[in-house]
Amino acid sequence: MAVVIIGGGQGGFQTAASLRAEGYQERITLIGDEPGVPYQRPPLSKGYLLGKQEQRHTELRPAAFFETHRITRVTARATAIDRDARRVTLDSGEQIEYDTLVLATGARNRQLPLPDVFYLRTLAEAAELRQRLRDAHDVAIIGGGFIGLEIAAAARTLGKRVTVIEANPRLMARVVAPVVSEYFQAQHTAQGVEILLNATFESVRPKADLVIAGIGVVPNLELAQDAGLPVANGITVDASLRTADERIYAIGDCAEYPNSFAECSVRLESVQNAVDQAACVAKAIVGHAAEYAAVPWFWTDQYDIHMQMAGLPHGFDQVVSRGDPESRKFSVFYFREGGLRAVDSINRPAEHLAARKLIGARVKLSPDQARDESFDLKAATT
Amino acid sequence: MPKITYISDSGTSRTIDVPVGDTVMEGAVQNDVDGIVAECGGNCQCATCHVYVEEKFLPLLKPIAEDEDAMLGSTASPRKSNSRLSCQLHVTPEFDGLVVHTPPTQQ
Repeated sequence: MAVVIIGGGQGGFQTAASLRAEGYQERITLIGDEPGVPYQRPPLSKGYLLGKQEQRHTELRPAAFFETHRITRVTARATAIDRDARRVTLDSGEQIEYDTLVLATGARNRQLPLPDVFYLRTLAEAAELRQRLRDAHDVAIIGGGFIGLEIAAAARTLGKRVTVIEANPRLMARVVAPVVSEYFQAQHTAQGVEILLNATFESVRPKADLVIAGIGVVPNLELAQDAGLPVANGITVDASLRTADERIYAIGDCAEYPNSFAECSVRLESVQNAVDQAACVAKAIVGHAAEYAAVPWFWTDQYDIHMQMAGLPHGFDQVVSRGDPESRKFSVFYFREGGLRAVDSINRPAEHLAARKLIGARVKLSPDQARDESFDLKAATT
Repeated sequence: MPKITYISDSGTSRTIDVPVGDTVMEGAVQNDVDGIVAECGGNCQCATCHVYVEEKFLPLLKPIAEDEDAMLGSTASPRKSNSRLSCQLHVTPEFDGLVVHTPPTQQ
């Protein structure tokens, strides 16, 4: 018996760690194409970029952890999966046999056909960006999503002149309601960031000695596709995160799974998704298969704004706010067909936690209750 | 460097030199101390770095902030008067000798 995990990011690491926590005793091989131990990506666009956190703070576990837990780390790129022989081929030519394979291949940054543009995903990229940011004066950021805005906040905090260029008519348009976009736009503007909406880099041509793009990602599907596994917007998996091959699972940024809250298939890019799916698959491998049913949650930090998001707002048809944005602490509730779907909480951690529980338990909450601050959300969860 | 002692629920004790400025959670994770999971990586999002701080050290700690208080309501082991999330405890020189107990379970 052996488990091979392709992908040394948060999901791959967590699969290995959870397997040992579940008592799995057989061989575990973790294949990753980056040097060093697995690390967290979220700090790379936040504390690490600001110089508040160092590389060692991003590392998920020290090298000794992998030895004591008998997790073999292989630094290589997997180039092929032979499903009949149950064998993975690496770019080194080495072949590794598996009984169960977990694909945690993640995603890569979408790139623009422009020269001299920097991107941020890996620790190596973050290290270079941190250095360049230190020396830069005028920073242009293409993309007004989470990554772009987090980098903008860091660059502005470091005293740089910052321009954000967003093709959509509002910030973070794909994931939040207009009221949230407007709040973040006002905060960035107040900090001195120039926000250009409905704009492209070519149309604007800002003065910049550092250009960074954060325009989304492309999931790494080629390995699965070449092995004949169905893929769509991600590697297609069932509710238990299993691919069409019963010996192969896919998790994290690369996997598209049926989400019972969104009532459709989704592919999510988040720590929570990677960690909880890894734990679910580890349980399945040791014989406790279950449908993956965790409530999705996300967070972003920009300046002193801590926004936590619970649920998936897909297709929302009603939005209500609880609390006044002027107070810098408020939550936004997303409803579809009368049911609560998602909640964004800005500097209101208790409401975020209540939201996770309300959505998870499918508690019936009305828009009027949501906006009424005298209505006890926490009590409604029990 | 301040020495911090982590005692597991089964009584295993590990004493670690933790750099000033790091968190009590990081001291555990970077030295492979069992009993602290830190799933979210120290962002006060998951409550899997819950510790019980020995009472006499409580006055040294900064007060519990709103986000930590909220997360402490979701710990897998019971919250007690000396419960803290170790990712929120940034080590100062005064922490030398600090003793924390890890709970029976974090998940």
